[in-house]
Amino acid sequence: MDIIIYGIINSISLALMALGFALVYGISRLPNFAHGALYVVAGFITWTLFKAAGLNYLLSIILAMAITGLIGGLLYQFILIRVRGMAISEIIASYAMGLAVLEGLRWGGFKGMTYTLPVFAQGSIMIWGVPVDYHRIIVVGIGAAVVLFLWIFTRSTRVGLALRGMAQDERASLMLGIDSDVMAVVAMVLGSALAALAAILLLPLGNIVVEAGYNVLILAIAVCIVGGLGSWFGAVLAAFLIGFAQILTVAYVGSHFQMVVAILAIIITLILKPSGLFGKQKELEERV
Amino acid sequence: MEQKRKERLDRGIKVRSDTIYALMSVKEIAYLVLPRLVLICGLLIAPLVMPSMYWQRVISIVCIYCLLAISFDFLAHFVGLVSLGGAFFIGVGSYLAAILNTYWGLSPVLTIPLATIFGALICTILLLPCLPLRGVYFAIVTLMYPLALARIIEALDIFGGTDGIMGVTSFPGRWVELYFMVGMVLIFLFGMRRLVNEDIGLVFRAVKDNDQAVRASGMNVTFFKAIGVCIASAMGCLGGACLVHIYMWAGISQFALDFSILPIAATVIGGAGTLVGPVIGCIILVPISELLRTFGTLRIVFYSLILVGFIVFRSEGLMVYGQRKYHQFERWVRV
Repeated sequence: MDIIIYGIINSISLALMALGFALVYGISRLPNFAHGALYVVAGFITWTLFKAAGLNYLLSIILAMAITGLIGGLLYQFILIRVRGMAISEIIASYAMGLAVLEGLRWGGFKGMTYTLPVFAQGSIMIWGVPVDYHRIIVVGIGAAVVLFLWIFTRSTRVGLALRGMAQDERASLMLGIDSDVMAVVAMVLGSALAALAAILLLPLGNIVVEAGYNVLILAIAVCIVGGLGSWFGAVLAAFLIGFAQILTVAYVGSHFQMVVAILAIIITLILKPSGLFGKQKELEERV
Repeated sequence: MEQKRKERLDRGIKVRSDTIYALMSVKEIAYLVLPRLVLICGLLIAPLVMPSMYWQRVISIVCIYCLLAISFDFLAHFVGLVSLGGAFFIGVGSYLAAILNTYWGLSPVLTIPLATIFGALICTILLLPCLPLRGVYFAIVTLMYPLALARIIEALDIFGGTDGIMGVTSFPGRWVELYFMVGMVLIFLFGMRRLVNEDIGLVFRAVKDNDQAVRASGMNVTFFKAIGVCIASAMGCLGGACLVHIYMWAGISQFALDFSILPIAATVIGGAGTLVGPVIGCIILVPISELLRTFGTLRIVFYSLILVGFIVFRSEGLMVYGQRKYHQFERWVRV
């Protein structure tokens, strides 16, 4: 029983981590390797606003999401847009930016056990004989709400439809008067804000550490690769696949192998079916 | 408004020295030989003029990064496989050398060549399933390989687990170590420059530019990619094996990001696709990184920012810029 419940919680957490990455890649074909850095930065911004500046928790959360979104947007507008379309340069540039941010934070003394965010609600509840704390239930609730919100957003608002148009065919959407550069920035802002949301929801369960940035990046890539780059539905499904695989490994093999599962999932998926389980890329574009 | 554009013309001496007429006069020969001689002599003299043991050690490290950077440049710009996993080659090479040395008691004279050859084979076999992948996919998969191996070693607690393998024999002497490293860099640098101009280099470049055409010519694309990876990983494993004997220790940190990101930064700064560029990039970057060692992880920030700056604003790199100035003159002409 606890495998099922913690599997669901873990899967929703993974989906939250990966949504931002999947969104950005799906829309502007930018593999945003700075995703993990944005995640950690959001955690530290919330911590600074809440603990150091003494703001209201809710207010600091909203501010942190806004600031992280802004950072993402600026990063795109001033650096990544210049290498747009050159996939390898995009990877190297965004990865180097992420690395600079993370290692800069580490140098600035943000390490160790001292940085924690409070959980939203104390206490726990028994579900079918398994103790689950309220915070994890809130994570699942908000995670599901975010997926639903994104689904509605991309289907019924102007910006959402424009984003989907970009994702499907950039030239056709250009002809219909959609500014692809603006939309790419919008996508990056949204993706960064999603990374921030994931950070704010998941970081109270542990410490804010720089290493989380690398792990989140690997997990996000794992989810997106297995689900198929550019497919949001696939990403959510893959989150469940990897989430349960991880929980099963922890239960039956050992907790050391949690990351190995994610990394092996990436490697095996790429070898067998690079476009992922639900990818829309053509075979020829990815393999010889 | 009067508009102008820059016109570039090859210098006369460049045109003359491209052909057999280079042998006509000392000047043309000097034009060809001088830049190469500067690099060779510079590398050979460098260990002698270094002020302390510490800086001599830095030269060995520069050489290891040079080998890695040449292998990255070769794979990325001549075979078309962008490998973000330089640490994978280093890690495999160093663990192999350490195992051969400590478990079987072989001397460095044997472990280094053995680790190079078998490391290259192991890397090629492990990467073989990913070779049909292109672009982003190959880059991501190679980024994951060193992480996966490090986590597996950590999780299974094999080869000393998180402590690593200690007590590896060192090189017989300081000078042997230094000149072995410098010699290897020079051999591989000029060897690779020759290789990419041979027939097989032509096939490599064809694989990069248009793999369908290579396929249509009845050649097996994956086979040539495998050869390319084998050559590149041999260089990486050689670097790893030497690293182990220099530090007398092999550990998980040899799969660390340093070995993946610094060679890439060096290649971008030095000039991609020139093979000499990466060496120059390493000669610039590694000592700077050593100077910044007191600032801890700030040096990673530093060279990440340099990397971003170069890749976004000056993507051609120093060597390409230098070659252009050396071979051509520029003037403004009216449009």
